[in-house]
Amino acid sequence: MSIIQKIGLGMFLIGLTAFIIIPFIGKYGISEELVLANTKDIHQEKMAEILAPMYGQEYGSNFAFLSVFSENFNSYNDELKSQQLWDQVIWDDYSFALAKAGFQSPVRDNPWLFFMLSIGLAVLGGFLYNFRKHEDEPAGIKNNGIFHSSLKNRGILGMLTGTFLIVFYIVLYWFPAYMVALVWMVNPISELISGNPASQWFLYGLIYTLAIIVMGIRMFRKYRGNKYQQLRTASVMFFQTAFAFLIPEILVLLNQPYFDFKNIWPLDYDFFYDYQISTFLSNGSVGMFMLVWGILLIVVGVPVFTYFFGKRWYCSWVCGCGGLAETVGDPFRQLSDKSVKAWKYERWIIHSVLVLAVLMTGVTLINYFSGFSLLGNVTNQLHSFYGFAIGSAFAGVVGTGFYPFMGNRVWCRFGCPLAAYLGIVQRFKSRFRITTNGGQCISCGNCSTYCEMGIDVRWYAQRGQNIVRSSCVGCGVCSAVCPRGVLKLENGSEENRINELPIIIGNDSIKINM
Amino acid sequence: MNQNRHVVILGNGISGVTCARHVRKLDSNCQITLVSGESKYFFSRTALMYVYMGQMKFEHTQPYENHFWEKNRIGLKEAWVEKVDFDKKSLVFKSGESLAYDILVIATGSKPNKFGWPGQDSIGVQGLYSKQDLELMEANTQSEIKRAVIVGGGLIGIEMAEMLAYKKIPVTFLVRENGFWNNVLPKEESDLVGRHILEHHIDLRLGTELKEIQAGSDGKVIAIITSKGEKIDCQFVGLTAGVSPNIDFLRNTALEVNRGVRVDEFFRTNLPDVYAIGDCAEFDKAPAADRRPIEQVWYTGRMHGETLAYNLCKTPVPYRPGVWFNSAKFLDIEYQTYGTVPPVWEESLVKNFYWEHPSGKVAFRMLMRQDGSLYGVNNFGFRLRHEFFDRAISENWSGEKVIAKLDQANFDPEFFAPYYIEIQKAFKAEFGGSFKPARKTFIQKLFGARV
Repeated sequence: MSIIQKIGLGMFLIGLTAFIIIPFIGKYGISEELVLANTKDIHQEKMAEILAPMYGQEYGSNFAFLSVFSENFNSYNDELKSQQLWDQVIWDDYSFALAKAGFQSPVRDNPWLFFMLSIGLAVLGGFLYNFRKHEDEPAGIKNNGIFHSSLKNRGILGMLTGTFLIVFYIVLYWFPAYMVALVWMVNPISELISGNPASQWFLYGLIYTLAIIVMGIRMFRKYRGNKYQQLRTASVMFFQTAFAFLIPEILVLLNQPYFDFKNIWPLDYDFFYDYQISTFLSNGSVGMFMLVWGILLIVVGVPVFTYFFGKRWYCSWVCGCGGLAETVGDPFRQLSDKSVKAWKYERWIIHSVLVLAVLMTGVTLINYFSGFSLLGNVTNQLHSFYGFAIGSAFAGVVGTGFYPFMGNRVWCRFGCPLAAYLGIVQRFKSRFRITTNGGQCISCGNCSTYCEMGIDVRWYAQRGQNIVRSSCVGCGVCSAVCPRGVLKLENGSEENRINELPIIIGNDSIKINM
Repeated sequence: MNQNRHVVILGNGISGVTCARHVRKLDSNCQITLVSGESKYFFSRTALMYVYMGQMKFEHTQPYENHFWEKNRIGLKEAWVEKVDFDKKSLVFKSGESLAYDILVIATGSKPNKFGWPGQDSIGVQGLYSKQDLELMEANTQSEIKRAVIVGGGLIGIEMAEMLAYKKIPVTFLVRENGFWNNVLPKEESDLVGRHILEHHIDLRLGTELKEIQAGSDGKVIAIITSKGEKIDCQFVGLTAGVSPNIDFLRNTALEVNRGVRVDEFFRTNLPDVYAIGDCAEFDKAPAADRRPIEQVWYTGRMHGETLAYNLCKTPVPYRPGVWFNSAKFLDIEYQTYGTVPPVWEESLVKNFYWEHPSGKVAFRMLMRQDGSLYGVNNFGFRLRHEFFDRAISENWSGEKVIAKLDQANFDPEFFAPYYIEIQKAFKAEFGGSFKPARKTFIQKLFGARV
């Protein structure tokens, strides 16, 4: 490791430590004014009353503040629930808004300073660590030592990283009030881009984008000499930065609906929710364009592009989840399970999620067009179940938190309903396949080991069979790591694309199927 | 044919395993047992280096999941064979157990050559072929090694050098010939690989042989002496001067052996119901003009296995390998070959075309007969399509036709530099021809890597 790399690693670790410590810096205190300013009209009076015992008090930490807050708030709600007065219960969660409003800290006063100390240092350190990596080595495959690495082979560092990610996602989704300090820290950036104060989602989007950029630079270095990997990485970096992060914020600045033009239903599961449709319909031609664009992507974009290029056009070139998996997740790709058993689970689970997403959307639409006369509550319950179980727990906590345990594509492989849809098109109507180069395979297993989707690529390669699998995201790494030049991602004629009984060439004595 | 005959295959490398799998496909009744002392489950020998370098775990080198064998009713016997009782048709294991067979297939592979160098059995001196060799190498390089010496410039030698380089162990690489692997590669290719070896900071010594290995009082290697009289201090010596059939336990028996087990073109030995395939088989007559009587390549092992399986279940056919092909990877540079490209040739009989990229890491050679028809090609640093050349050579295409269609032969990933265009231009400049070199596609112009 060069000096610059060591400095970079040091800076990254300091930044990470600061990021973990910052939520614990500062005091909290609320007044009646703050409560009135941060609650809905219908709740203002009640909330002001419930939280009255907290006025004028100072709480030394988020834990202290939030525990007293919940005590007051829950005792009010529990009382009503025990009397079954459901319509008087306050279902809204004001903990984040009030913690944010009542936060007093140097972090709030000097957000840039703390931003630079934490995220800034981590990003800069990550950049320094990566930007000259492998400088003194010739271009080639850089997989040496992966299974001797604690981080990349489920060692103690891997366990710690996974635990950190899981805790981060749990806090982000269900306890964001604990991270208001971090949200304050990125407030000026949000104001700069969209003119609005930051939410926890802005914080998340910003970290997500910066992580893809820094680890994308790592990809450029790791796959030096491999143009396919370079272009693909540049593409996911671009789509994340522009389409997922900047454009939606800029739309908000221009008083338009927040919209990610590359997010496609059913991954974008709330696209047809009543409030989304209302937003589209109430925003004139721009809103209408978004609605039509979104539907066109589903009914034309997915089948047509997948027919010509395979699902890779989305999963490993455009998608944000794919973008994170292919950059931040790349060090963990070898941890995916290649067994036939895992493949079986994969097919059951991912297609169940697809069916669930379609059913949920169907119910939502019926509900919408029947003027909420039918199935009123069922929709809401379905939405909250899906949002909790699939949208947050599966896609977020498991999807990213499990990188160091089960590889970088857990969500894409087992959960993503859009991947399931793309996969069905890829399997049955596409020009994409991975071609094997005659009889050149030596069954070494590099391809299978480094397949992030857990495809046993070698099974096909050693039989001389084309690889046509619904799950393949076309990352191209099997082809890159093959030492004998056996695998090539190709778009070509549908004829002979699927060869169930291939014949390996090179033996003229007999022609038998493998 | 006995419906319940017991086919016992001795050795579970690629030859033995392929044979077992294909016998099972063709005959669902017979009993099949794969015997190996090396490893219960089949693994890919060629991938051992990746286990050492932490690119894979040993389990990743196993092409089939463990339940595969039971599902296909292929019995696995993990044991070393002491001797074969050909009269009683039975194997005797080192443990004293025995196993009766109706048909015996000998597929015991190779072992590293040792040429009687003084000190060759010292601690820290070893070859690399088996799983046990890998484990030994891991043990031998556990403690600090200040320098390692590798003797013999072939494919295993360069793999061992790469493995040691991963552990940051300085390597001196002794090669008897005046160019790396130049008994197989023509001079330019051999030089190309030689340069790349030096680029990886490996101390390549051409034209240098091992004379003697010196060991300390504890039996551990401390130095070697070269044929040039130089003493090199080292704590590890890799012997990679080729391999030879692993059949010592079959010598002085009724079975006829020479360097390997003698077989005819049906893999039959001199004894009934006893066959030999893979590295350990030695043909009475080389299978083709450009082949040797002992074939020690992964691909030929596989073909032996599938052909013998067919012969054990159907009307026997002679072994007829098709167009020769092979591949390897020298550190970061991939190599493929199709057809016949000898290291040297008679200038009057052969037309030679060689192209090398200015980087010195990408090269293409094509040999043609005097009438212009294709002999074979070597390619380095880029990939070519097996199917294309298999067809071109069997259909006796002219070299010009091959070059004219070279874009179809390209097997590099999308967006890679189109070397075939440069090759076409160079060929046209040297030999003429009526074809037009391919043009860069729009996408290649927009995104493609420059040549």
